[in-house]
Formats: sequence, C-alpha cells, structure tokens
Amino acid sequence: MATSVVKDSGARATLPPFGAEHEELRRTVERFVTAEIAPHVDAWERAEEFPRDLYRRCAELGFLGLKFPERLGGQGGDHLHDAVWVEELARSGGSGGVAAGLNAHASIALPPIFNFGTEEQHQRWLVPGIAGEKIGALGITEPGAGSDVAGIATTARKIDGGYLVNGSKTFITNGVRADFLVCACKTTEAGGHDGISFLVLEREMPGYEVSRKLEKLGWRSSDTGEISFTDVEVPAANLLGEENGGFRLIMANFAWERLLMSIGAVGAMQRLIDTAVAYAKDREAFGRPIGKFQAIRHQIAEMATKAEVSRALTYDALRLFHANQPCIPQVAMAKLLTQRTVLEIADQTLQIHGGYGYTREYGIERAVRDARLGPIGGGTDEVMKEIIGKTLGL
Amino acid sequence: MATASSVIKPDHAAGRKHFIFSQEHEDLRESMQAWVKNELYPHRNEWEDTYWPTSAMKRAGELGFLGLCFPEEYGGQGGDYYYSLVRAECMSYSGSGGTNMAFAVQSDMVLPPIHLLGTEEQKKRYLEPGLKGEKVGALGITEPGAGSDVAGIRTTAIRDGDEFVINGSKTFITNGPRADFIVLVCKTDPEERHAGITLFVIDLKDDEGNLVPGYTVSAELEKMGMHASDTGELAFEDVRVPADSILGEEGKGFYHIAWELQGERLVAAAGCHAGAERMIEKAIEYAQEREAFGRPIGKFQALRHKIAEMATKTEAAKAMTYATAWRFANGEYPVREITMAKLNASRIACEVADDTIQIFGGYGYMKEYEVERAYRDVRLNRIGAGTDEVMLDVIGRSYGL
Repeated sequence: MATSVVKDSGARATLPPFGAEHEELRRTVERFVTAEIAPHVDAWERAEEFPRDLYRRCAELGFLGLKFPERLGGQGGDHLHDAVWVEELARSGGSGGVAAGLNAHASIALPPIFNFGTEEQHQRWLVPGIAGEKIGALGITEPGAGSDVAGIATTARKIDGGYLVNGSKTFITNGVRADFLVCACKTTEAGGHDGISFLVLEREMPGYEVSRKLEKLGWRSSDTGEISFTDVEVPAANLLGEENGGFRLIMANFAWERLLMSIGAVGAMQRLIDTAVAYAKDREAFGRPIGKFQAIRHQIAEMATKAEVSRALTYDALRLFHANQPCIPQVAMAKLLTQRTVLEIADQTLQIHGGYGYTREYGIERAVRDARLGPIGGGTDEVMKEIIGKTLGL
Repeated sequence: MATASSVIKPDHAAGRKHFIFSQEHEDLRESMQAWVKNELYPHRNEWEDTYWPTSAMKRAGELGFLGLCFPEEYGGQGGDYYYSLVRAECMSYSGSGGTNMAFAVQSDMVLPPIHLLGTEEQKKRYLEPGLKGEKVGALGITEPGAGSDVAGIRTTAIRDGDEFVINGSKTFITNGPRADFIVLVCKTDPEERHAGITLFVIDLKDDEGNLVPGYTVSAELEKMGMHASDTGELAFEDVRVPADSILGEEGKGFYHIAWELQGERLVAAAGCHAGAERMIEKAIEYAQEREAFGRPIGKFQALRHKIAEMATKTEAAKAMTYATAWRFANGEYPVREITMAKLNASRIACEVADDTIQIFGGYGYMKEYEVERAYRDVRLNRIGAGTDEVMLDVIGRSYGL
C-alpha cells in the first residue's frame, strides 16, 4: 500500500526553460546585485542617475556579455542566461531605473549590432559595449511616432559616402549618456515598413545634440533623453543591416525587448510579494500580525497567484523564443499580462504597507511608479492587444 | 507598402506543443477528440434533459479513456499523469459540462484513491469494473452541514464487531443517484476532528441493482447548470458494511482526501482552460461572421481587444496548469501552485464565458448557441473541489499567513 500521508516538502525544481546551470548564475547575480546595487538605489534615484562605472563593473563580471560569443568578449551563453540576469536584477535590485539603464544598453542596443552588424561594426561598438567602455542606446520613438513605428519622420538622405540625418528621437533610455545610438531613420520618401534603415550615430558627430534630459514618474535613476539631429553626416559604414530593411530589425528586437520586460516584471513581482509577506508577518494591528487577518492573507494569495501565473506564461513564451518557434502572440500576451500585473501587485503591496508604503523608505512607492511604465514602454497594452487580435484572425 | 497584417503572421491556431507533451500525448488527443466530437457532442442537448447515459461511460471504458493513467494490470492504459490533462482538455469538446464532470469524477476522483490506497480485493471489486465503465462510482465528502470544512462532517461509521454501521447524509454528490459504489468520508471517531476521519469504499447497490439496506437517494438536486449530470443527496441509516471496507488507514481519511483533492484540482484547472479555449473559438468565429455597422464585429477594436484579453488570460491559465502539472508529474507535491492553478483557471473560465455571451449579444443569451449553457456549467468550478475562498486561504497559509 502506498504511503498514507503525502506532504508538500516545499521543494521546487527550477521551472523550464531554466535548468540547474542557470541557478548558479542566478545566485551569482543575486550576490552582486544585493551587495553593489541595492544599497545605492535610493541615492541614485535622488541623483537621477547611476554612476557610469556601473557598466564597467557589470562588464567586468561578465553580465553585459552573457549571450554574446567569447571572441567578442562575451560569455558565450544564450538568451536564457540573459533572462536570468534580467529577472534577478529586478528581484534583488528593486530598481526599474537601474535595470532600464543597464538593459537598454546590453539587451536592447547591442543585440541588433550583433545580429545585423558586420565584423567591423562588431569591433567598433559591440566589443567596447560588452566591456562597458562605450554605452549604447536604441533610438526608435520620436515626438510624433511611438507605437506607430512605421510613422517615424527622422530622415537619412543619401549623400556621397553616407547619409545626412535630420530629425529627433525622444524617450530614449540612456539617451543622455549614450556614446552611440542605434537609430531608426527613413531612407525612402515614403518610409514605412519598407523604407526604414538603422544607422549607428555617434555622440561626437557634428549636429548630434542631446536636447533634453526628461523628468519622469519613475525609472528616475535611468537617464532618458531627447536627441536632435541637424544635418548629421553619417558614413555608409554605419549602416546596420540592409538599407530599407530596418523594420525587420525592429520586429526582431521587439520580441526580445518585450520578453525582457516580462521577465523583469516577474522578478519585480517576486520581490514585492516577499516584501508583503514579511511585512504581514511582522506588523501587528488589533493584537495580531496583520497577515492573520483573512483580508490580508487573501490579498497576498491573490497577488502570489497572479505572479505565478505571470511567471508560467512568461517562461513559456521564453521557451518558445529560445527554441526559435513562432511566438509573436505568446510574447505579446506575456508582455500585456505581466506589465499590468506587476503594477497591480505593487499597488497592493503599497496598500498592505499602509502609510509606510507611501513613504520613500521602503522603496514600494518607487516600485509602483517604476511599474507604471510597463503598460506603455516596448509597445503599449493597446498595441499588444492589436497584435494578439490580429494573430487570432480579427 | 506592406501592412502590419502582412508582417504579423497568424500562427496562434497552429497548435504548438507544450514541453510536457510528447507525440503519444498528441496521438491520444487526436483519437479522443474524435470520439468526443462523434459520440458525445451530438447528444449534448438531449442529455441536458435525460442525463448522460451510463452506456456512454461503458463506451469510454471500452476505448480506454477512463483508465489512461492507471496501470495495465487493472485494465488501465499505463500512461503518465499528463494523460489526465489531455483527457480533461479533450472532454471540453463535448459541449456538456455535466458529462465532463461525471466522467472526471469517475476517473480522477473516485478511482485514484482506490488505486493508491485500496487492497487488492478492493481494486478487483471497484477499480477494475470502474475503469471498464461497468460500475459508476461517486465520492461522498460534502454534507448538508459541511462543505469546504471537511473536518466538520458528521456522517459516522461506528464499529460493531466485524462491521461498521454508517449513519448520516451526503449532498451535492455527482453521479450519486446512479452510483453503484461510493468512496465515503466518515467519522470513525466523532470526538475527533481531522484524526477521526476514515475513508470507506462501499457498495450502494447489490448484485440485482437494488439499493443496499438503509441507503436511499433522498433527493435528486436541480442545479443552475451541469444539467447533464445527476447530483444527489444521499442518506445512510444504519447501513452495515464489513470492516474491510475501510480505504487506506483508519483515522487518516482527512489526509487521504487532501491528497486526492490535489490531482483533482489540477485536472479541473485543465478542464477550465480548455473550456475557455472552446468559448474563444466560438467568439472568434462569431466575431468574424456577424456584421454590424457594415463590417464584421471583430473588426471593431473594442471586440478585437476584448477577445485578445480573453485569449491572454486563457493562455496564461494554461501555462500555469502545465507548469504545475510538470511539477506534480516530477514527484513534487506542489500544493500552493495547484491551488493557484485551480483558483485562476476556474475564475478565468467564468470570465471568458461571460465575455463570450457579451460578444454574442442576444444570441448568447439564447439556448441555441450553447454559450449560456457553458456560462451556467462553468460557474460550478469556483465552488466545487474547494471554493475560491478556500483556495485563497490555502495559498495564504502556504506563506505562513
């Protein structure tokens, strides 16, 4: 006869697509982030930037090059390693701004150079980028074109030996400090899906100007810039991939960017829930820990359920992406679900903390403000629903 | 110029596999779906009035669909735990929540504890005919005065020599009115709460098909939905059963049941996400065909986005259930995650059914389109196998709260 009492030992295996080798990296990232990032987050938020040295430090430890080949200074890992870094940075760091600044460089600006760049371009930007010596940003959004990417107006007119670029970009993470900008430009009169190209612009180019550092609701430790281009001469050698083939590059990057946002949200949710559980056990009201009140216990149960469901969907989308399977709707679904969910969970965590949650000390009000960007950045909720609806044939 | 729709290729319907499923699971899916569509679906309306016929369960037994995860020595198919999920998903094509529930009670609630805890004799007597669909079983936990609070049950089984004498009543018992046997939760020590609970597996009918002495079906209950399924209130008055009717260990019944509920909840979650998928298919089809203000209603952003939301929730529920099933099949006993999966999937199934009615408008409110039935059927999932509130308590307690 089988054993009569089966008990939950609490043991949990790592959920696919992650395996044991990822756990080791996770612990390494956790140690680093806990020791060298988390203690400074509040000061960096107040300063509205984190030190540029942090890139170099992360590079030293290999975190900026996890998914790039060793010959370029990377670690020779893959997307899953990068995902571990992103999730753990969010969970242990608790700062949307720091994560945004680091990831906009390593996970958003560098991949298109790796995927579409020539060997020479790899040497010029990717190698110093992985080493944390040069900082990159991706420039797509403009004052007049956000979700509607095909509507960008920055033009790159062909001239002898290259392009003459005019226009502007906004909401560019790392835009203020970036040494190079992977920039979407119209290379035909019509622009649109078949008329966009990517040029790598460099900050020392005449006519390239950081016109503004933007102030934001959250993500304050990351710098967000508005950049203007006035007759910037860009050599042909700075064209990334094929001329007029930029839209494909944008789409390729979006899937990964959205997955990263989803994974970061999963990490952030875990942090918030751990915080809420700890507080609910510790804080007493009416003679008992508030977690012993059913209202709070159920609230936390709701939050934890949403978080686990978000994790399952995100990991599954990541698994498909990693396996090169079609995953456009799954990625859009993960992005749509997780960005809202982390905002809800952050707000509920604030509620559980009461007045303390509203003060800066606990970092929870910051988490709420940071999370609010999720349903906007990387494609708004509304754009995600359009994508999902279209893949369903509507 | 290319349009956005030429860049985004529809591939959602391509039927991708999840990592937990092998080709064998997909093969089963194909054959079982065909059976459900050919032999159950055509009767969905009729069975709402007549209940599902016992012959349908015998047919399922013949085809091996009742014993997918049971060992071959007892007449099962020897499949892994994932077969249960595939089964639950395939049943969603029946168009009848009541039939699905009745079959799930047999193969996922009544028979597993007999397999796990039963003696060889009990397995011969109940498991083998149960897997063949020759005997229909029921599970008797809930009572008029005790539902979610299992430890509060009052049905007693008091030892009298070599027998136990059972007194009490059970209610909301699926398959109860027609059941040949029942796995019954009783107090063998009425003074105790958890420690006084013992499981029995007993005959409700003799070899001639007459109810055993002292046992009566005191009511056949009418319900909001699940009309294809018979639900009974059962009364036991000095029903005498042999002492070897105990299933598992005396006094351990509460823990047996707690174990039992885990597998059941996960299968229920699978049924819920699959049911939601069927609703979404209907909603998409309708939104593509139905025109208003000069175009298919699915071309209006409000409906397109609503369906996108429905699909997102459902995909997430499915991912959660699969991930948890993976844990369960790998030897973990992930009570927290199972509870989350059940809570989430059953709510989402209700929301999606409601959204689907909304998309269908007046037609959705009519019986003909079967959406209103799904709406009524699926509502039970937030109550049965542990209410939402009990689920939240289990999850909260798992965090030490």
